[in-house]
Amino acid sequence: MARREILLTVEELVARIPDGASVISAADNNGVPMAAARALVRRGVRDLRLIGGPTAGLMADLLIGAGCADSIETAAVTLGEFGLAPRFRAAAESGALKIKDSTCPAIHAALQAAEKGNPFAPLRGLIGSDILRYRDDWKVIDNPFAEQDGAAAGDPIVLLPAIVPDFALFHAPYGDARGNVWIGVRRELMTMAHAAHATLVTVEEIFDGDLMADPAMAPGTVPDLYVDGVALAPNGSWPLGLIGRYPVDATHLRDYVAAAATEPGFRAYLDRHVFGAATAAAE
Amino acid sequence: MAPGTPDFQPRELLIAAMARRLTEARHVVVGALSPIPAAAALLAERLSGGRLRVTMLGSPKNFRFSDGGRELFDAAGRGRIDAFFLSGGQIDGAANVNLVGTGNYPDIDTRFPGSFGSAYLYYMVPNVILFREEHTRRVLVPKVDFISAPGTSPPGVYRPGGPQVLVTSLAILSFNGDLGRFRLESVHPGHDLAEVRANTGFEFDSAPGDGDCPATPAPDPDVLAAIRGPVREILADTYPEFAARLPEAAP
Repeated sequence: MARREILLTVEELVARIPDGASVISAADNNGVPMAAARALVRRGVRDLRLIGGPTAGLMADLLIGAGCADSIETAAVTLGEFGLAPRFRAAAESGALKIKDSTCPAIHAALQAAEKGNPFAPLRGLIGSDILRYRDDWKVIDNPFAEQDGAAAGDPIVLLPAIVPDFALFHAPYGDARGNVWIGVRRELMTMAHAAHATLVTVEEIFDGDLMADPAMAPGTVPDLYVDGVALAPNGSWPLGLIGRYPVDATHLRDYVAAAATEPGFRAYLDRHVFGAATAAAE
Repeated sequence: MAPGTPDFQPRELLIAAMARRLTEARHVVVGALSPIPAAAALLAERLSGGRLRVTMLGSPKNFRFSDGGRELFDAAGRGRIDAFFLSGGQIDGAANVNLVGTGNYPDIDTRFPGSFGSAYLYYMVPNVILFREEHTRRVLVPKVDFISAPGTSPPGVYRPGGPQVLVTSLAILSFNGDLGRFRLESVHPGHDLAEVRANTGFEFDSAPGDGDCPATPAPDPDVLAAIRGPVREILADTYPEFAARLPEAAP
């Protein structure tokens, strides 16, 4: 059977994500696919179920503000030093967005369950928090090994259902023609790729060679086994940074926060930076 | 500064006070966007003679993890993190922390970013230092609207960690996990107990008669020199604007 084409344009890449899909992406500055997020907004995708990896930021705020998202499961939505994510905040306060509040290690553990094909993962902590109280998809059991471990009888522990995203979507420094993707030390992206049904990646550069052939590169490489599409997108995390490549565009982020404080301001931002002719040509 | 007052900034007092809380630690983790805790950790590292290691999230040069975001939590679960700083949009008198929002969840009034890793690290790290500069009834409330992480847990719940102390711009309050209450430990120079009470939305314990509340000790000259020299320099990598506002070391 012929293999599906791996090297795609950004528009072709995001065309593989249907309305209603669950999508996990990276935390800000760790490989956020902003060029792909803008392409998703231009396409008019609807009802995405976003998942923070384990937190979310500008990409989620953009998709939420543009009406592309139905829900988000995340440990936080933050623009870091630039402050609260304004469209997330507005949607949360108006009740327009379904929010599954979580905590960072719960998302990590649920993805690790998914990468093993396990139905759930146990996690310490959480008991007595309102996060647990409002998560009717989480369960508490008594540690079945408590007596042989010498723990107190009972020893309650939380069980989290595996998180199996439809898509992992992120940005990375390199991809090669086979579909191997180098993420370096950002190994939470590896876990996402293992856990998701499909992985779509934008990259700064196409690597001339086989990323898996070099023992120095291979441990930081997501093998093509997991990767369903790679699109070249130089500066593809802009206006966020990509560690080791370029810093966050602080002026742009401050302008975004000011513009997105209101719905009309956010629409004007979209017109200029997402739908604008200059943006489309650049991407 | 007014004549007769010690020559240090209020933030230097906080940095020195929190560093004194790290004299036993071997590994302290500081979250992102936490310049004062980061300065306290770097100061404690400097004064520890090689005992203490500092991991600063968001700072590539002071980072000790190579296995993805989960490694921080896995390390905490295995007892490899001794101290951690946590803040809150609301903190109450039982040391419950709210990072989610105000109002009647899920019908919230004001949304905060979210709980981050608090609902795990608060349980696992033995020495959690609560830090919030703003000391007002808006932040220090009788009862939080949402418990991101509880101050205490019932017997039988696995919990090697928890809050030890709350440091604000006015005072230091130590937390007694058995009583589930704060006790005023010291008030910063220039402030007094009445001001602390007036700005705290929860009840806390203090010395009998409210008379003998000690002042938070001023930083020693060698501590100030360390803050203004090596700590300021390392801090500038991650927090350039914050570092620029700290006094420079004397030439």
